[in-house]
Formats: sequence, structure tokens, C-alpha cells
Amino acid sequence: MGLLNLFAKPAPTLVRLPSGSFTVDRDGRVLTGTLPSSFPAGLVKDIARQVRAAFSEAAAAQLPLAELVINYPSLKISARELRGGAIVYLSPRAPSSPMRQS
Amino acid sequence: MDRRPKILLADDDPDLLDMYRETLAQLPSRPEIHTAASGSRVIAMLEAEEFQLLICDLKMPKMDGLQVLAIVRRKYPHLRTVALTAEVDEQFRSRAYALGVDLFWHKPATEQETKMFLECIESLLGRETEGGFRGVQSKSLMDIIQLECISQSSSVLRITNASLNGKIWIQGGELIDAEAADLRGEPAFQKILSWRAGNFEMLPAEPSRPRTIFNSYNALLLESAQAMDESRGVVTADGVPQSAVSPLAQLSQIAGVEFVLAMKGGQGGYQVARGLENPQRMATWARQNLERFRLLGDHLSAGPLERIEAFGPQRHVTLACQNETEFCVGWQPSLAPDEVREMMKKLLALWAS
Repeated sequence: MGLLNLFAKPAPTLVRLPSGSFTVDRDGRVLTGTLPSSFPAGLVKDIARQVRAAFSEAAAAQLPLAELVINYPSLKISARELRGGAIVYLSPRAPSSPMRQS
Repeated sequence: MDRRPKILLADDDPDLLDMYRETLAQLPSRPEIHTAASGSRVIAMLEAEEFQLLICDLKMPKMDGLQVLAIVRRKYPHLRTVALTAEVDEQFRSRAYALGVDLFWHKPATEQETKMFLECIESLLGRETEGGFRGVQSKSLMDIIQLECISQSSSVLRITNASLNGKIWIQGGELIDAEAADLRGEPAFQKILSWRAGNFEMLPAEPSRPRTIFNSYNALLLESAQAMDESRGVVTADGVPQSAVSPLAQLSQIAGVEFVLAMKGGQGGYQVARGLENPQRMATWARQNLERFRLLGDHLSAGPLERIEAFGPQRHVTLACQNETEFCVGWQPSLAPDEVREMMKKLLALWAS
């Protein structure tokens, strides 16, 4: 049984939106974080890249920013500018009451 | 002409696919059931032929159900979607509804649950054949109310317009009640009718709803039409309508607003601004960020982007989208984040009305 399990296909998993924070430096390196290890590193880097780009493009457009809050129905991303890098907080939103179907 | 609805069923477990195929084939509408074992197969099949309903398992390898639903919602907005899962985590329910699914269902485990699941699927298919409300946004709310009343229907219309919500109760072809914010009855009905755009949803009738409207629907619709005509423009003594104050000018008069930029892309797109010296630069920045964070939302399966709030020492900025119009609004830096949030809601509500 154990031998069979060795060759078993890994079960697919759904990525849970995490709660936590991480910091990214001015070169785009993710330094420290409290996000669970189950959350893909690729997604963390993607968030970091987009947030840094938003801050730097704002500065280029003569609109210096200290904080960005991006709101999705099931996630809030807050980011504070940190000398070219950023500290980013992820907060999943509580489930909203779905519309009942007949 | 009898046309069987087509259901696309997606699950990576072939045994479950077989079981659901057999179960769904017994529905009264006798649907054609097609199956897909992966997310990429779902997308390929939807491109190849038209379906009325997609039932999608959430836990699938490579492209999970949430990713599939995010793509499907964007590419096929008229397709009814059902998320099916064995996951009991409430976060996934929230995210699935945020992506716009019609129904979220835990995989039925008992006979009773299976029966209820099948009833819901049949109901969704029925709505599709009857036309439903999705896809009729080109009709005015007046048209829809008239249709409901003429056909002596009983239903509840739920109307959403940005942050505004309203409901209209119709019983046996008569308007019996309406509700919008703090208003009730006829004032609420008139308020809802004054909204220029929005989404409609038909909910089951509520026969026990107390009646507060006693006027005929014809009289009320006529009254609303007159009120709307009056609000569109002031008519001069010689009968020539004068253009009213531009909506953007009204928005820029809200306390705390430094500038307003409204943009619409695609065919017939436009870009209008008030209070900006260099609107093009701000428009470029706003568009880049709206697109960037929309794509990020898709990658994270977090639902459609609602708004971006940016706070800075010189000014605060909010980016949001409403009815295909993108807004970039500048605020005085002295405003607190909560104040900016509240004022933005008001601004969008004002634009919508």
C-alpha cells in the first residue's frame, strides 16, 4: 500500500488567499515575510513586482505615494513605500453573503 | 422547436464525471452533457461550441476551478456557471461568488442534497431558456417592469447600481412595493427609476410582502419618465432644451476633490478631466495601474478589481471603474483614508444617478 502511494499522483490543491505580510527591497528581493509557505513564492514575487512598479511609476508621474490599497472582493492588498521597496500586507476578506438562488 | 440545453461538466476525477453525467442527464430539460477533465480542456471546448451552463470542480490540477471561472466569466459573460467542490473552506465560497458564479455548491453527499442540486441546475437552465435577466442590460428598467406587469408575473427585481441597491416587488402584474436605501414605496420606486444604468436580477416572488404602492404601474412609469425628461435638461421659453451642468463638473464640486478624470476605452471611448493640468500623464498612469492590478487579481483569483486607493503627501488618488467608465479622482491630502473612501462612494453614486 505504502509502495503504491509512492507512485500516486499528488492531489491537486486550491491556493488559499493568505493573511500576512512581507517586505520587498528596492531590487525586488523578497526579504522577510509572515505568509504561509503553502502560498506560492511566484505569486508573492508577482505582487511585489506590481506594487513596486506602481510606486515607481507614480513617482515618475510626479505623484509620490506613501501607501497603496488595492481592493478585490475577496482580498485587500495594502502596501507602504519603504525607500524604493515596500512592506505589503495581504488580508483576505470575510465571506460576503451570497445571493440565494431559487 | 425543442432545443436541448448543453451543459459542460468539468472535474479531474473520471468516476465523478461519469456519475454526474448520468445524474444530470435525468433532468426534465434532458440536457446534453459534455465533459472536460481539465481547465484547459474547458476553455478549448467553450471556444469550439456554445454551452448554456458550466459546472466546474474547484480542485483541479494545473489550472484550478477558480482560475477557469475567472477566465470564463471574462470571456463568456452570458454563460451560467456553477462551482462545485468538496472543500468546506468558506473562503472559496466567497471567492467563487466574487468571480460572479451563479451558484456555489458543495458536492452533494446525500439523496436529499442531490435532489436539491438537480433542482437548482434545472432552475438555472430554465432561466436561460426563458431569457433570464443577464444580457438584457440594453433594455431599460422601464421596459423590464412593463414586461413583468403585462405578463402578470410575480417576482422581485433586485437592481444594483454601484454602491446603490434597490428592490421592486411585483405581485400578479402589479407593483406592490419598492425599497431603496432609506426610501420605501413610491419614492423608492422613483429613485430606482432615476438610475441611468445598473444590473438586474430576478428573485423569487414574495407574496407575503405588505403592499405600500397602490398606484397603477402605468401611472408610475409615466411619472418617472416625466421626471427623467425634466432632469435631463431645462427647457427654455422657446422650447429649446438647455444643456444642464456637466456631470463631471458636479463631481468636481464635491468637497475635498482636487480633480476628476473619467475615461472610457474601446470604440466610442473618451477621456474627460476637470482640475488637471496634464490629464494625459495622469490618464496613462491610471490606465497602467488599473490594468496591472486587474491582471494581478486574475492571477490570485481574488475577483474583479474594485478600486485602488493611493495616499501621498501631495494628494490622495482613487482609481475605480463603474459601468465601463474608469475614474481617477484626486483628493486633498488632508483627508483621512476613511473620508476618501466615503467621499468616493458618494461620487460614484452621484455619477450613477
